[in-house]
Amino acid sequence: MRVLACIKRVPITGGRIVLTDDSLAIDTRHLGFTMSPHEECGVEEAVRIIEAGGGDSVVLTLGPPEAVEQLRDAMALGIDRAIHLQTDGREWDGEATAAALTEAIKADEAASGRFDLVFFGNESADSGGFQVGARVAYALARPCVTGLKRVTIEGASVRCEQEVEGGRDVYVVPLPAVLTVKEGLNLPRYPSVPGRMRAGRKPVTATNPVRPEPRLELVRLVVPAGQGRRAESLGTGAAAAPAVVEMLRKAGVL
Amino acid sequence: MVLVLVEQAGGNAIDPSLQTLTLARSFGQPVHALLVGSATDLTQHGVAVAHVAQHVALGAYAPDAWAAMLNQLAVQLNASAVLAAGTDRGNEVMARFAARTGLPLAANCTSVSPGPPLTVTRLRWGGSLLEEARLNSERPLITVAPYVVPIEPSSMPADVEPFAPELTDENLLVRVVEHVAAPGGGVSLTEAKVVVSGGRGVGSKEGFAIIEELAGLLGAAVGCSRAVTSAGWRPHTDQVGQTGTKVAPDVYIACGISGATQHMAGLKGAKRILAINSDAQAPMMQNADYTVAGDLKEIVPAISAEIRKVK
Ligand SMILES: Cc1cc2nc3c(=O)[nH]c(=O)nc-3n(C[C@H](O)[C@H](O)[C@H](O)COP(=O)(O)OP(=O)(O)OC[C@H]3O[C@@H](n4cnc5c(N)ncnc54)[C@H](O)[C@@H]3O)c2cc1C
Repeated sequence: MRVLACIKRVPITGGRIVLTDDSLAIDTRHLGFTMSPHEECGVEEAVRIIEAGGGDSVVLTLGPPEAVEQLRDAMALGIDRAIHLQTDGREWDGEATAAALTEAIKADEAASGRFDLVFFGNESADSGGFQVGARVAYALARPCVTGLKRVTIEGASVRCEQEVEGGRDVYVVPLPAVLTVKEGLNLPRYPSVPGRMRAGRKPVTATNPVRPEPRLELVRLVVPAGQGRRAESLGTGAAAAPAVVEMLRKAGVL
Repeated sequence: MVLVLVEQAGGNAIDPSLQTLTLARSFGQPVHALLVGSATDLTQHGVAVAHVAQHVALGAYAPDAWAAMLNQLAVQLNASAVLAAGTDRGNEVMARFAARTGLPLAANCTSVSPGPPLTVTRLRWGGSLLEEARLNSERPLITVAPYVVPIEPSSMPADVEPFAPELTDENLLVRVVEHVAAPGGGVSLTEAKVVVSGGRGVGSKEGFAIIEELAGLLGAAVGCSRAVTSAGWRPHTDQVGQTGTKVAPDVYIACGISGATQHMAGLKGAKRILAINSDAQAPMMQNADYTVAGDLKEIVPAISAEIRKVK
């Protein structure tokens, strides 16, 4: 088996989102970064599939030079090597991202053989375009199943389960396939210390694709107004219990 | 004209699709609807023509088939824009449509000004941030964020026309082959009137006993933060937030949850928030309606005891 996981580096925004002066980006000067939770589950699933059946696993990202941190995180979880499509930090829209990823996948496959599975997050945590996985699948002419909470390899096929109202919808598609997943697919492991050490020595191939003009073009970002809540203190410690019960009663839930 | 994909459940158009029909009117053009499989009454939603797609293979949901149909109809009608609700299905069908036509797609929009240039406002970060963007496209593809645009009725006697799509085997490769019903029992997080939710401040898996006790007394669902699911204290099905479940209870009780934007993204529908936190400066304490400062390990059992007293 060959398995690929595609990830995106996103800021950890904490309690309040602060924008840069030109309102074109989040002010990340004081923030940490992570890969999106959905994608972390894609990475974990890729590692489990290779652990169970053998083969090799690759992680791919399009992002700034610092995104190598998230590639190392993925390799610390067990991915074998990384491909980094480096940007100058400007955002790429979903269409351009998918085109660059498709090209990188084709190039890797020409050299090392076809990926049986390509994992994406269902949507990126930050820009939330809901499209990169489907676009790559179409460009590679492979079946695509989205929003998955369970993935089981069954011989030359993969059984995919999607949470829907009232239960789960099941799809069975032949390999190779492109799957987009959601957090809850699995519980990603914590990277071990030896895992981190090994990750530092695993290979990262970097290239610098050219950014096309976006057709979905960011004009500015706006932090939505709060919901106008004005916190009313019901007290401190256990002594506040009667006031809480009174509030619940007024709200009609008791 | 603009074309809208209308999803149905139990024979009726779903609300996010009706919201999309309302937003579609901002183009100032006749609105046509695509219904898959069967007709439904759209006469109150400003629809000029409802096209009902019928095909033997449409019994089971097949997203590529839906995308192919939408494209065929858009070409046939020369649609100047195509819209769908920003539901799981709407977003995936439009992504596939975008992929097969090579057109840009703006997902989860909350408003549209037709321009030119066409501009949209759309959700980022699960709604914690808004983006204004230009959509440079000969046929804009748009999904509409659910439960943001209110449905505005508009009376119009929609013509109902059959539509016979051409579907290939390739369109039907990805299709639902089985539906597994969710095990019943318990209060569902999405529908609960009260949610008692615990964060890292609860301290451990066992610490959730007092959260469950209070939830039991209130007939509430138990929720949690991502810190809790990552630690393995609760299953991901309990997680509230951007990458978890979005809740809409009358009262949300946040115990030992700091109130990160990604957690708050799941609370937009909550009517009242009660924050219980030892840190008065925690964002949750600022964004709640009611607060109790202090140690949840004392406060939560005291509330349960008080409820027992008055019950
Ligand atoms: C892309 C992305 C998506 C995410 N999606 C989600 C999501 O869907 N849902 C989600 O919840 N998070 C999500 N997160 C994580 C989120 O950013 C926070 O890390 C997480 O919500 C923190 O959980 P917490 O509030 O329980 O923990 P902390 O932030 O550690 O807060 C613990 C709180 O407990 C209080 N406390 C501690 N002890 C006590 C005590 N004894 N009594 C009372 N109070 C106490 C502390 O004062 C503190 O406020 C996401 C993050 C990213 C980057």
